[in-house]
Amino acid sequence: MDAPFTIPFDEIGLDQVGIVGGKSAHLGDLRGAGFPVPQGFAVTTHAFDLLDLPAAADAAEAQRLVRGQEAPAEVRESIVAAYALLGEDVPVAVRSSAVAEDGADASFAGVQDTYLWVRGAAAVLESVGRCWASYFNDEAVAYRANHAGLAPGMSVAVQQMVDARVAGVMFTLNPVSGDPSCIAIDASYGLGITVVSGDVTPDSFLVSKVTREIQRSTIGAKAVECVADAERGETVIRDVEPKRRERLSLEVDEIRALAELARRVERHYGRAQDLEWAIGRDDAVYLLQSRAETVWSQKRKESSTVAASPLDAIAATFLGNARNR
Amino acid sequence: MTEVHPVAGFASPFDVPTPAGAEGWEEMYPYYLLFDPERREQEDKRFWFYNGMHFPEPMPAFDMITAESCYLSIGRYQGRVFAIPTVLGIEHRVVNGYVYITSNEVTDPAQIEKRLETFLPRIGFYYENWDTLVDRWQSEVDQRIDELGALEIPRLPEIEDEDEAIHDHKLGPNYRLMAAYDRTLQLYNELNQLHFELLLLAYGAYLTFFEFCGKAFPDMGMQTMTQMIGGDDTTMFRPDDELKELARAAIDKGVDSAFVDGRNHEEIVSALKQTDGGRAWLEDLESRKHPWFFMSTGDGFYHHHRAWVDDLRLPFAAITGYIGQLYEGGTLARPQEQIVAERNRISSEYAELLPSDEERTQFEQMVGLCRHVFPHAEGHKFFIEHWGTALFFNKMREIGGVFAEQGFFGSADDVFYLNIHEVHEALSDVGLAWSGGAPGRGTVYWPPRIAKRKKILAKLGEWTPPAALGSVPDVINDPTVQLLWGVTAERLRAWAGGGDGTVSGYAASPGVAEGNARVVRTIDEIGDVKAGEVLVCSVTAPSWGPVFPKIAAAVSDIGGMMSHAAIVAREYGLPAVVGTGNATSAIKTGDRVRVDGNTGAVTIL
Repeated sequence: MDAPFTIPFDEIGLDQVGIVGGKSAHLGDLRGAGFPVPQGFAVTTHAFDLLDLPAAADAAEAQRLVRGQEAPAEVRESIVAAYALLGEDVPVAVRSSAVAEDGADASFAGVQDTYLWVRGAAAVLESVGRCWASYFNDEAVAYRANHAGLAPGMSVAVQQMVDARVAGVMFTLNPVSGDPSCIAIDASYGLGITVVSGDVTPDSFLVSKVTREIQRSTIGAKAVECVADAERGETVIRDVEPKRRERLSLEVDEIRALAELARRVERHYGRAQDLEWAIGRDDAVYLLQSRAETVWSQKRKESSTVAASPLDAIAATFLGNARNR
Repeated sequence: MTEVHPVAGFASPFDVPTPAGAEGWEEMYPYYLLFDPERREQEDKRFWFYNGMHFPEPMPAFDMITAESCYLSIGRYQGRVFAIPTVLGIEHRVVNGYVYITSNEVTDPAQIEKRLETFLPRIGFYYENWDTLVDRWQSEVDQRIDELGALEIPRLPEIEDEDEAIHDHKLGPNYRLMAAYDRTLQLYNELNQLHFELLLLAYGAYLTFFEFCGKAFPDMGMQTMTQMIGGDDTTMFRPDDELKELARAAIDKGVDSAFVDGRNHEEIVSALKQTDGGRAWLEDLESRKHPWFFMSTGDGFYHHHRAWVDDLRLPFAAITGYIGQLYEGGTLARPQEQIVAERNRISSEYAELLPSDEERTQFEQMVGLCRHVFPHAEGHKFFIEHWGTALFFNKMREIGGVFAEQGFFGSADDVFYLNIHEVHEALSDVGLAWSGGAPGRGTVYWPPRIAKRKKILAKLGEWTPPAALGSVPDVINDPTVQLLWGVTAERLRAWAGGGDGTVSGYAASPGVAEGNARVVRTIDEIGDVKAGEVLVCSVTAPSWGPVFPKIAAAVSDIGGMMSHAAIVAREYGLPAVVGTGNATSAIKTGDRVRVDGNTGAVTIL
């Protein structure tokens, strides 16, 4: 098919970013490179393009119009078929993957919607529809207005859920100091959404890429966790019992494995990365998302200071504090 | 370095109480080293910190020369030779027998700019001609060591020798004794001039590299920075290597059974004398002593830290330990190739992480320069602090022997309870008494004073000096102060805010270990350290090396990035926290402690 409505991650490469968005393009690329990314598929911009898109409506009305219509039958059939390939009623995460998102220099993360633990074809279709509508929410509209020249279009990523025992984010530099020799890991119990949304103070770890030492381990409060409720078929937020709060959520081996994973992804892309990860109840480590780190990478380009010679550098050392006065 | 504002001060140096029984300690020291009430206002505004790293014990009167000689040299090179734009020299004072120092900084921007014009070409010359200058340095040091070792100390005979007095026509042996004393002091002072000639520039290179690393990799630990510099062979390893050779030789000659744990060195020597193999081993020992046993049991700043050559306890204990390790299958080899390979891996991986080729080039140049100066920065200690200083104190013992012969002192070592100026006076006295033919006043003047000073020093030894006195400065520019003592304005604020029993310092050597604390204040207590204990001390010296294989971790009050404790601990792969300011006062022997060499935290459990 020339203009497919869905594409499995395993068939996606970075060159398809224009129709699957940054998130799915990276997930496909990472799966192709052998990284432990859960399987899934992208609902392409071709599907989005078949919607009857409101022309000059305001944001609220545009959302209503998108939510009010049913996608064309061939699009629905393609999504249902792609979902069925993942297995029988497997829980999935449905997330927007805007074409503008995940660009290396413009982080568009989190502006659009995410739906977790979605089960069954009907629920998946419903969540994809909501993601499409989020293209017109206030934040997304404002973001596009402030970032002129972004390609229009909207794709949706549907990814198999990991029943996470512990999850979080990591950076291939220390986001606080900018140190590029560190892997910084934030971890908390349950699904990583609590860490991403800032609902918990996670445990945090700093690992040296060079010496492999765990330079810092800080216990976070980890007051709540987001877990799947099998009976209700959705996620619930519940309190973490005091005993588990007071200990680290990751073992040393797990910290090292995550740091190694981050290092490999950074090498794969040749630049600093910002990753989401999870460790399942089966103890396997999964990579859920990776995108280029933007803040420090930009700062470092601007603040590089190089002395003309070692002698000049030494002279500057002897003068350092005096010059700052 | 971040600029901080004074938030707290320390006690005034004028308000430090004298411990009971130590009254009159001031009499031991020259007037110019005492805090002067006439200048109280200015002195209180300055910041004084206890240099427990080099002077961890109260100073016997004569031993103050080690501080005086070093500070004169540091100040001369920093302030007057290299004209480091922002600093002049270091001043020192004595409080209750302990050495406190402060550095004089240049703050006038115009003066800084002017000094820069002299500074840049001069240090440029040194770095560009480093190898040639190291050779010149070595030959000048060798000359002085040779002269000091060969220096003749005249006695005061009952009847002078006919040849000397009449035919060779040598004049007054008392004057020749004075000249020999002056020459002894002069040679020691010249060795200390050489001490800092190249060292300050080596530290400047280190500091520049550390600052570069700190900017490019803010989370890089100090141990990683120093690990990238160290690893090459230095003269300081040689004495320990000789002990390892002697351990192997004892096994080869089949005489190792003489080295029984718990036997002292005299018992071991007499056992060895019984056999041919043992006698051959003792000959081997003699051949290795010169010069490698001119290793002080301390850091080379106290007369009673005898060199191995004069006190075989430490080398024999170490040889016994090494024989044990050989039997347990150890090779005693320092894994130098591995250390160098790992150091190279680390530095090249950090280089790769730098964002530009320019930064990579600078990083590599700085690492290269630091490695180039490292052998001198470490190796100088053997020649100055150990060999030269041991010869100096031994020469003074000979002079003390003359006083003892003339009834001034009970023993030759009593000379160390007179300061350098009092020795001059006593030499006049002893010369006059000898020529006059009746006992000098010194025979009744000195013995009670020496006895009193010994008691005072014993009392002062039980007292714990505060880490700092005076006012906390805004910033500390002096590179020597930052690097060697780890004193930065931030660190001082932590010290000033301390006193709640928590102990923290620089993470100097990675790893975490727990054990019972052993607080060691002087080298004489080092024998009390038991296997698995955590060494807690004011400072450690490299010649304490043999105790390191035994201990679980090391903690010191004072010490910076390149302090001896940090280097030795890394060499032995032990967790270490240095520069805590208060470990020896907050921790008691027997306390269970956890030392975290990754974070710098020491927890009393």
